[in-house]
Amino acid sequence: MTEFAGSQYLIEIIYLIASALFILSLKWMSSPATARHGILAGEIGMVLAIGGTLLHHGIVDWKWIIIALVLGSGIGIPLGMVQMTAVPQRTALSHAFGALCVTLVGTAEFYLGTQNNSKFGMSVLSMEVILGGLTFTGSLMAAGKLQEILPQRPITYKGQNLVNLLLFLVAMGSAVYLVLHPEAKIFFPIIVGVSLIFGILLVIPIGGADMPTVISLLNSYAGLSAAAMGFVLQNKLLIIAGALDGSSGLILSIIMSKAMNRSFTNVLFGAFGQVQASAAAGQEAKPVRSATPEEAAAILLAANKVVIVPGYGMAVAQAQHKVRELYDALTKKGVDVRFAIHPVAGRMPGHMNVLLAEADIPYDRLIEMDEINGDFPQTDVALIIGANDVTNPAARTDQSSPIFGMPILDVDKAHTVMVIKRGMSPGFAGIDNPLYYLDRTLMLFGDAKQFVGGIVRELSGGH
Amino acid sequence: MGSNLIDALFVFMLAAFIGFEVIRHVSPLLHTPLMSLTNALDAIAVVGAIVLVGEKKSTFATVLGVIAIVAATSNVVGGFFITDRMLRMFKTSRPTNK
Repeated sequence: MTEFAGSQYLIEIIYLIASALFILSLKWMSSPATARHGILAGEIGMVLAIGGTLLHHGIVDWKWIIIALVLGSGIGIPLGMVQMTAVPQRTALSHAFGALCVTLVGTAEFYLGTQNNSKFGMSVLSMEVILGGLTFTGSLMAAGKLQEILPQRPITYKGQNLVNLLLFLVAMGSAVYLVLHPEAKIFFPIIVGVSLIFGILLVIPIGGADMPTVISLLNSYAGLSAAAMGFVLQNKLLIIAGALDGSSGLILSIIMSKAMNRSFTNVLFGAFGQVQASAAAGQEAKPVRSATPEEAAAILLAANKVVIVPGYGMAVAQAQHKVRELYDALTKKGVDVRFAIHPVAGRMPGHMNVLLAEADIPYDRLIEMDEINGDFPQTDVALIIGANDVTNPAARTDQSSPIFGMPILDVDKAHTVMVIKRGMSPGFAGIDNPLYYLDRTLMLFGDAKQFVGGIVRELSGGH
Repeated sequence: MGSNLIDALFVFMLAAFIGFEVIRHVSPLLHTPLMSLTNALDAIAVVGAIVLVGEKKSTFATVLGVIAIVAATSNVVGGFFITDRMLRMFKTSRPTNK
């Protein structure tokens, strides 16, 4: 066993307490009632861990630590104040920052030569910078797509998967060589460089609708890279925090993939959008029924049970506060209003819940897919606001559809379906939606915010 | 060194299982705040960067370390801040609340 210096014992005990607080923090996240205790536990754990680290006997210079901590906090505050609609890109950006930290520390450790005598040390160091590097650039690409700096459509080219596979093999091969021949230092920058390029190429073919899965997967990679850093530094707190984050991201990606009926490999190597665009091209214009805000308001007033299905379109139109007004107006008239939340609605896991909660809609009115699907046959009106693919009945019936097998919200079983949509263009994935041509469906053409506003005006003025 | 490595692997394995069990029970309602919270916790990597900068072993290491501290600290502060903001918004319709 290695002998600890006196202060080292204290630090390890502090890390032990911090680890317990981190686990409690996640445990308390299981319910909205205790979740804020969870944050407090996490914060105390973090302050303890950082404070404890400052006791480290090897620290001789404080100036730059303080400057960097202050600077980082200064950047963190505006990042914590972004609008709720911008949360997906903020999350992607913070994955990138986390991965950047890990990659930089790994790079510094390599050139300090702390791991060069140990094959295991060199292996985990390589893992650290490969995962960190690809997560850094991959998350930046994801953030760019979500912020619409980069095109949200998948960018594909011939032989894409082959190129990605080759890059991955080059990174892994260089890592193996470096472990066996630590003196061949040139391979280290190759590993870092190739991982950075790999991250970019991995995310550019992924379309916006797949973002929930990709963000979760990047979350998992960020955690694993931090755990690898913990192995390099022999720091158990880091290993624990990394493992927790890694498993959290993995669980979320599994849930997201299931909700889209896709496998990881399919998300990463599929470049979904291409196929569907051609499938939709053969469609001819079919007749649809449309309605005005006045007619929609009358139908909603006559209903007993209304289910609202929000989607990314609601976020884009910033319509959540108008939706809240609609919820209030209908509730006041005695209509039972609930919200059906598909797991992949929006651009990240839980995106819709946060937007609706921001608009002050009580969370016990937000119902998960599995729970609410059985209720649609007893629902008078299903009102779809900016959601498309998650309501597409072709996923149940049409074997040739690219989304066949994906679990959907069974809105087509409601007595009346109303769809607020800008126009008849197919949704993000480019798939035609047979729901729009049903006899029971009314299309409400217009901007989600304005249209919902129009319905609210009717409801409050009419009676 | 060998026993340290095995210890570390045990810790990783146990933490991963705890993570799976604990997070499986998180309501889908809170998946977004969960992700921003794990993000903040993950920024504990800052401790590695702090030691790196404090030990002042080479200018190169110090420069990389300072950038690393800035990146990770912004995640700590921003992550906790936004998670708290999100959770504050979740309210029930039960009469006790309003």
